[in-house]
Amino acid sequence: MTTTALDTPVFLRPTTLAEALAAKAAHPDAAPITGGTDIMVELNFDVRRPAVLLDLSEVAELRTWERDGDRVRVGAAVTYTRIVHELADELPGLALAARTVGSPQIRNRGTVGGNLGAASPAGDCHPPLLATGADVEVAGVRGTRLVPVAEFFTGVKRTALAADELVTAVLVPRKRGPQQFAKIGTRNAMVIAVCSFALALDTSARTVGTGIGSAGPTPLRAPQAQELAAAELPWESRDDIDVRLATRFGELVAAAARPIDDVRGTAAYRRLALAVLARRCLRWAWQEYRCA
Amino acid sequence: MRVTLTVNDEARVADDVWPGESLLSMLRERLGLTGSKNACEQGECGSCSIYLDDTLVCSCLVAAGQAEGHRVRTVEGLTDGDGDAVKAAFVEAGAVQCGFCTPGLVVSTHALLDRDADPTDPDIREALAGNLCRCTGYEKILDAVRLAAERRRA
Repeated sequence: MTTTALDTPVFLRPTTLAEALAAKAAHPDAAPITGGTDIMVELNFDVRRPAVLLDLSEVAELRTWERDGDRVRVGAAVTYTRIVHELADELPGLALAARTVGSPQIRNRGTVGGNLGAASPAGDCHPPLLATGADVEVAGVRGTRLVPVAEFFTGVKRTALAADELVTAVLVPRKRGPQQFAKIGTRNAMVIAVCSFALALDTSARTVGTGIGSAGPTPLRAPQAQELAAAELPWESRDDIDVRLATRFGELVAAAARPIDDVRGTAAYRRLALAVLARRCLRWAWQEYRCA
Repeated sequence: MRVTLTVNDEARVADDVWPGESLLSMLRERLGLTGSKNACEQGECGSCSIYLDDTLVCSCLVAAGQAEGHRVRTVEGLTDGDGDAVKAAFVEAGAVQCGFCTPGLVVSTHALLDRDADPTDPDIREALAGNLCRCTGYEKILDAVRLAAERRRA
């Protein structure tokens, strides 16, 4: 396993987390693979030849989720299909986003850990994780640490992970109020988001969380929109939402985005669409709160 | 590297597998199972759909080494009554044009009917959303799924 031809990757297959972390420490350039929905495309098209492939799909510790106080700890290798079927009540925003990923085949394989590790600005899980204030659990032989998801993304496809670390889980606050997710694409299945938006209301703390996808170098929050909604939503009376408030909220979300023109859409379209998605999500979530 | 697995209830061994190779490539090129088709190689088209253990997956997105010790069922292995019924329904409904997407659609339909004996039209569209037919014969494909479901319930 120590020597290999230049173009022939080594395939490592740990069965415990300890073995996986030791393997990552020994091979910092190893490419982790679980669902394979990103990295296999790169291998099939020969755009990437990692020296070491680190298969995490046999590591049982990564495939479980459990309640941890007021949060749910979702193992990095839990698939989108399982999130949709098993966590929709507790993590509705993440489940809604998981529901929009790819196709049944892709949701059966793809994982939150993979989405985080790939750190695409368009990753569907990222906006709901931002909106709910999730923490990413990363581990290495030196220890385990929690990284707030807003600090996890450091650039386009770049993360706060050190070379000897793996994403082991994501800790997501359990539902504290209505959550929504919306995504724009050319069809309902198999699309990379042109832009996406997630919203999470905390009806006890009376705060509003946001997450913007595919409209910046990293997934983003819209702090001014959050502050406006928290301050001006009629939490006590549960009155219908003022149309000017919903519109202003949408405008502030659009203003927080940092989109570019690319093959999927223009920056101007993304801002326009985000304003609409944010307005709609706020109205949907507020309607759910009013009817609760 | 060597990969040992169960394919369509038979123990199989593939040698000289390149560690970055897809399960699809191993099935087709090393094990002679060419029913699963190689089209997009990026999980977009579903023509390589198979069961890995009991889960519907795109075999182009599974590394061959990840199948070590696991069970694989390809379209060739769907010879139980339900599999035959799906294939017959595709023939009878005229759901096969060039035929390239058909094996993947047969496996995806089998997986759908396994978990839902009476799918609605939106359920069928959702379940087959990851399988593309570039002859665009979708109406007949929907007919075939409805026919297979009806027969299976009978």
